[in-house]
Amino acid sequence: MSPTTVIVGGSVGGVRTAQALRGADYAGRVVLLVKEDRAPYDKPPLSKAVLAGAATLDDLTLLSPTEADRLGIELRLGTEAVALDAAAHEVVVAGGERIGYDNLVIATGAEARRPEWCPMPGVHVVRTAEDADALRADLDRGGPILVVGAGFIGAEVAATARTKGLPVTLVDPLPAPMSRVLSEEIGDHFADLHRRHGVTTRFGVAVQRLDSDGHGLRATLTDGTIVDAATVVVGIGAEPTVAWLASSGVRLDDGVVCDGQGRCEGVDDVFAVGDVARWWHPRHGERVRIEHWTNAAEQAVVVARALVGGGEGAPPHAPVEYVWSDQYDWKIQIAGRPGATGRHEMLGSVADNRFAVLFHDGEDLLTGLLTVNWPRATVAGRRALAQAGTRTELRSRLEGGGVPAQT
Amino acid sequence: MMRVRADTTLCQGYGNCVVDADDVFDVDDDGMVVVLRETVSTEERARVEAAARSCPVAALSVSEEPPGADLG
Repeated sequence: MSPTTVIVGGSVGGVRTAQALRGADYAGRVVLLVKEDRAPYDKPPLSKAVLAGAATLDDLTLLSPTEADRLGIELRLGTEAVALDAAAHEVVVAGGERIGYDNLVIATGAEARRPEWCPMPGVHVVRTAEDADALRADLDRGGPILVVGAGFIGAEVAATARTKGLPVTLVDPLPAPMSRVLSEEIGDHFADLHRRHGVTTRFGVAVQRLDSDGHGLRATLTDGTIVDAATVVVGIGAEPTVAWLASSGVRLDDGVVCDGQGRCEGVDDVFAVGDVARWWHPRHGERVRIEHWTNAAEQAVVVARALVGGGEGAPPHAPVEYVWSDQYDWKIQIAGRPGATGRHEMLGSVADNRFAVLFHDGEDLLTGLLTVNWPRATVAGRRALAQAGTRTELRSRLEGGGVPAQT
Repeated sequence: MMRVRADTTLCQGYGNCVVDADDVFDVDDDGMVVVLRETVSTEERARVEAAARSCPVAALSVSEEPPGADLG
């Protein structure tokens, strides 16, 4: 009898694993369990094009039922895994049905972190198609908008709301946006970007409480100031979706612990991929969990290879981190591990809306890269990071591209 | 032979294709994809298809070249 691989989760990690299995001529059944009733869709545009009204949810389809049929992928929509019985090799889904597997792939991703005053009417997170739909409807009703958290999601929502002409206040307890990842000095450029586009920024303070009087929302910040809003959007990070794995035997530690091929610890024949997976990254010398689209897509190929038996002796998954964000007229790309140490140098010009920041270890080793409106620099930087290249080499490569170093 | 196509109305300059196959794809100074070789051999198919699939906005395709087709 042909083996069955069951994949739990219909975002990019799960879908790409299914597709990669077929691409590797896997002969067994492939069953894809998707919690939502909607065909698998791509998430990055939810906080950008979908909110702006430039893309519909239909534009985001990752795997249509027709394509699933063509590839021989059994797509089961509206099927939420609620427990794993690893001893019986079965997934239990809502309603009680048990689905048997020979191999299981955990691709349940992550869910939006919520503050204690959430849920409340008018308060949104942006993680799913349903979230984005609901937020777009509220944005269409008008402002003012309060955005809590100036990471990628919050910054993108703030930018989109400003593009729609809505008044926006952006609050973050950090001294500058993304300063934990990029340093305060670089984060200040992003604070300026928001202010230039008319956002009221409140950095270094948090929301202490949120009240609703039935007509609107009123936030009290930790410095005592009051911000009134019609709609509040919360972007304060995500947490891996692992509640359904409690007592399954799968080892959990802020995600599902697995090896460089995606094979989980604690149970047999179970793999993990994407936002939910935590594995030993050989170049970083520690366990990492990465919530980036590109990582999920790349890790899916590694896991599929292991599932068809090609993982023996294969190198472990060791990606150069890569993530992008679109805010106003800035195309922002980050690779590797920039770090908040302040060890960096800048090429190009912030005033010209085109620059690169090369982060390094204090000597010459390149550790990370931020670029704005400069994809060529990102490509060169990702290559350098994969080869443990130096910032001197990258700098001369980029300067050769005709952009002078900032003085 | 396989034919490689890029839809420049979709490309956002993410650059994943270049990182995966820099002999087939590049990005120009404006961050737009450039297809360096429009035809690739059948032996290269898996690798180039993987590079095309790495595009977050599905701007790339690799397909069988019909015999005698005009490559323009």
